[in-house]
Amino acid sequence: MHRSRFATFSIYALAALVVVVSVFPFVYAISTSFKSGSALFDPSLLPSSVSLKNYISLFTLAEQPFGRHILNSIMVSVLVVALSLLVGVSAAYALGRISFKGRGLLLTSVLAVSMFPQVAVLAGMFELIRALGIYNKALGLVLPYMIFTLPFTVWVLTTFMKQLPKELEEAAIMDGCGPFRIIKDVFMPLLWPALVSTGLLAFIAAWNEFLFALTFVLDNNERTVPVSISLISGASKYDIPWGNIMAASVLVTLPLVLLVLLFQKKIVSGLTAGAVKG
Amino acid sequence: MNQKPRTAWLYLSPMLLVLIVVALWPLGRTIWFSLTDANINDIDAAKFVGLENYFGEYGLFANPNYTDGFWESDWGISIINTLKFSVVSVTIETLLGLGVALLLNQEFKGRAWVRAAVLVPWAIPTIVSAKMWGWMLHDQFGVINQWLYDLGLVAQKVAWTADPDFALWTVVAVDVWKTTPFMALLILAALQVLPKDCYEAARVDGVHPLRLFWRVTLPLIKPALMVAVIFRLLDALRIFDLIYVLTSNSNSTISMSGFVRREMVDNGYMGYGSAASTALFLIIGLCTVAYIRIGRMKLGED
Repeated sequence: MHRSRFATFSIYALAALVVVVSVFPFVYAISTSFKSGSALFDPSLLPSSVSLKNYISLFTLAEQPFGRHILNSIMVSVLVVALSLLVGVSAAYALGRISFKGRGLLLTSVLAVSMFPQVAVLAGMFELIRALGIYNKALGLVLPYMIFTLPFTVWVLTTFMKQLPKELEEAAIMDGCGPFRIIKDVFMPLLWPALVSTGLLAFIAAWNEFLFALTFVLDNNERTVPVSISLISGASKYDIPWGNIMAASVLVTLPLVLLVLLFQKKIVSGLTAGAVKG
Repeated sequence: MNQKPRTAWLYLSPMLLVLIVVALWPLGRTIWFSLTDANINDIDAAKFVGLENYFGEYGLFANPNYTDGFWESDWGISIINTLKFSVVSVTIETLLGLGVALLLNQEFKGRAWVRAAVLVPWAIPTIVSAKMWGWMLHDQFGVINQWLYDLGLVAQKVAWTADPDFALWTVVAVDVWKTTPFMALLILAALQVLPKDCYEAARVDGVHPLRLFWRVTLPLIKPALMVAVIFRLLDALRIFDLIYVLTSNSNSTISMSGFVRREMVDNGYMGYGSAASTALFLIIGLCTVAYIRIGRMKLGED
């Protein structure tokens, strides 16, 4: 297609603008994380001297065990993903491959759950978590997190499951396979791309969650990363350690950004499968 | 599709169990708490008080202590803040997202890189983006104030996150930065499945690109656009973390979710907080129904 010179110029100019606006804040955070002392208050992008002080102090401060918080976040997110996928595949098989009465209604209710506000269950969830004895424990967060990861996982996996050819399943039934074998040996190998994209999205959602983590965990050793970052504070209200905050931010975001860039196509297909078919 | 319904329910049972435990039961309990005087420190002592938390002397609505009127009360303000935030941010995100999607739909060198860059804000945790922007918008040492000052656009540095005149709009700006990628990607997915031949024909006939956009592109991507907007809208209506961290839940920016958490957890009024969260739940439900109704009506006219 032929474009005028002006059109070509505008496209590249706009593209450059979009890139700068998208990336600059994170680049600036990285730059700040390497500044320390009075250099912090010099707003230039390139630090005059590179210092690792902010990163080192993150892991050496006793009152803020950041390494522990990262481990907590990893454990919670991995467990949430594993559970959501396990329960999700089972439900998606029923919703995507078997026709039964009430299927449409069930799918709609699952979608409705994914839309309702987390605070709507806050009080009841608080009581439940206290009653189950998992209050103040990082791993206790796995339970409430299912409320936003499971409906979404079921929804996307059902969409993928529906698209698989019917013949595969029929051949397996002819061979005398039960539903469990069909899921395990026939569908699972084909579902990998969908599992990767929903798993990643569930991981990101669990990794970033703030409201439940802030409310259900008060013990300083049991916190997850987002709450940990929000609570990094200095000696006084006016003495906020921005260097430490930015170092922590960079550490928890960098793996996420790399994952997203690496699995770009998978994530976009997961997002659009979840939304476009809605 | 040869399996029996019984098998279906068997395979559905883990999901149903989980959803009952994490969604239905807590939702029901929260609605029940909204009818009691429960305090978070002693839940068992809760007594049934009927609709007192909603319409009683210290209730959310019809409270005689609201001397300046309902919309000046903290609850009224949080409703206005949430609605203002949601409508303005989703509108801007939709327009910008549409623009970015149209740009990414063009063919140019390095397009894959631009698309990757656009994903960066989406990948950043909300808390991190709140802190990052909090630092960039810092009233004394922030880089944005420095630029504006150097360019002579402001006479003195502005407290973007603390000044009640700016705080809510600052929240909107940060939210737009973070969620425009989501909009752009959903719209881009819709743009990429549009039939190519119809554009080819329009180009041959010399149809003006703007006219082509209004008459062909927009109607074709409208269903996807509507879905993207409702996803964002529902997400915006329950906003909590960005406001809590960026502006410390101050009165000029507090959202309905923030109000619920403040009353329920910080102040311990579990019953009153539950009433507010139930009201929020109903408001979001109403918005969804209204949106779907309006959407269908317009679709019917086409």
